[in-house]
Amino acid sequence: MLNIFEVNETNKMIEKENLDVRTITLGISLLDCIDADLAACNEKIYNKITTVAKDLVKTGKEIEKDFGIPIVNKRISVTPIALVGGAACKTSDDFVTIAKTLDRAATDVGVNLIGGYSALVSKGMTHADELLIHSIPKALAETDRVCSSVNLGSTRTGINMDGVRLMGEIIKETAEFTRDRESVSCMKLVVFCNAPDDNPFMAGAFHGVTEADAIINVGVSGPGVVKTALEKVRGENFEVLCETIKKTAFKVTRVGQLVAQEASRRLQIPFGIVDLSLAPTPAVGDSVADILCEIGLEYAGAPGTTAALALLNDQVKKGGVMASSYVGGLSGAFIPVSEDQGMIDAVQAGALTLEKLEAMTCVCSVGLDMLAVPGDTKATTISGIIADEMAIGMVNQKTTAVRIIPVIGKGVGEKVEFGGLFGYAPIMPVNPYSCDAFIGRGGRIPAPIHSFKN
Amino acid sequence: MKKTIITVVGKDTVGIIARVCTYLADNGVNILDISQTIVQDYFNMMMIVDVAKSSKSHGDMADELKELGEEIGVIIKCQREEIFSKMHRI
Repeated sequence: MLNIFEVNETNKMIEKENLDVRTITLGISLLDCIDADLAACNEKIYNKITTVAKDLVKTGKEIEKDFGIPIVNKRISVTPIALVGGAACKTSDDFVTIAKTLDRAATDVGVNLIGGYSALVSKGMTHADELLIHSIPKALAETDRVCSSVNLGSTRTGINMDGVRLMGEIIKETAEFTRDRESVSCMKLVVFCNAPDDNPFMAGAFHGVTEADAIINVGVSGPGVVKTALEKVRGENFEVLCETIKKTAFKVTRVGQLVAQEASRRLQIPFGIVDLSLAPTPAVGDSVADILCEIGLEYAGAPGTTAALALLNDQVKKGGVMASSYVGGLSGAFIPVSEDQGMIDAVQAGALTLEKLEAMTCVCSVGLDMLAVPGDTKATTISGIIADEMAIGMVNQKTTAVRIIPVIGKGVGEKVEFGGLFGYAPIMPVNPYSCDAFIGRGGRIPAPIHSFKN
Repeated sequence: MKKTIITVVGKDTVGIIARVCTYLADNGVNILDISQTIVQDYFNMMMIVDVAKSSKSHGDMADELKELGEEIGVIIKCQREEIFSKMHRI
């Protein structure tokens, strides 16, 4: 039978170390909402989401109460809208009407974000994909809860450099559309290489076409729990360090597995995956950078950071995999800048630069995330940053992403406040040299050879 | 059997166990195990209870125990057993 120490350990994790379930994300296929008539398409989308997700928030709250574990977000991901709206939308503004429908449906079922205003263009763009991408700045500016993502490359297809160039411009345009609000819309826009079909985390969640009609995906979190566990093994060798991370990741993930199974059973929607990610928040003690410091670095970004992060990421997966029956999504340590107090401190101390962050993304999920740069950064420079990150993902057969915010009207040294879970960020300097001619070439970067397997 | 874990933490005072047990008895909840310690004047108790014969929903019981805790001046939490057993047992 359980003893008092085990019960206290669990409750201490929840109360003092910010252990929580970061999100229950309900994936909904909208493929059956496709219609050549735009109004009919919008109506079907609204009806499907509000029917399938009607009990999501209520059930989430019940689970929270039964087990005494906070479930921070309840969210929805849908089939990439470029596929769903392709038949009905003749202009970019037509796509914006679908974004508004998603926003209305999300508001009515009570979820805080809905993901899937997306296009998958890793090899080429259809006309609908292009219309959707061009509609992103307006769609995000005129909605509150819609998140958008674009997959620009994959290990199998290479990188769509036309898409990369276009997204550099779109990110700038998105920033301009909300220039009076610190360019906030860019927080809801992410570009990917090797985007997973079942990621529960925003802004990159969408419901892939390989998925069932509806599915429950869960993202757990607990950087604070790992940090506290590591405080007890200061000075010990790497074996002890790794074992401690692994055991802690196991415990954290078991909570996610339990919540995912309960949500699945109560909503009668199949359980998809648990995403084994260490996702930080701006709350004190909920930081991945603090774990890196606890491993032995003065600041995240100091020499040794990439190795420490590689170790952390791998041990989290090793511990988590055994704790869950299905693992998927992004699964790894997140290193968003603005959402992690330790990362913000590192940037402000001058310890962490964009280049070091890029190196860190080679060994963890997911990429350059929540990064504020000067508003006058050129679109081609943003495309260059994206291309670098996509190349890392393509060659290493991993998911990488870029969520970058060119804050219009602000420069290096200034700060930008996003509020709530999104935190605040110091604006980071960007390498000033041009990549115009490189981005201007157009076309695709071919897929890489991995070995001569045949 | 449907197990729930009740934890009580707070400043030690007369009658904490009595009041919690009275509430449980009144609501048809059977106590299976109690462990209790006092660390530096702080009262720390865990109960494993069976709620199978109780007519109260988990949510109501959690709310009422929380209120009772506020009356006594301690924090009472009521959680389904699985959150602990899943974490600590393979």
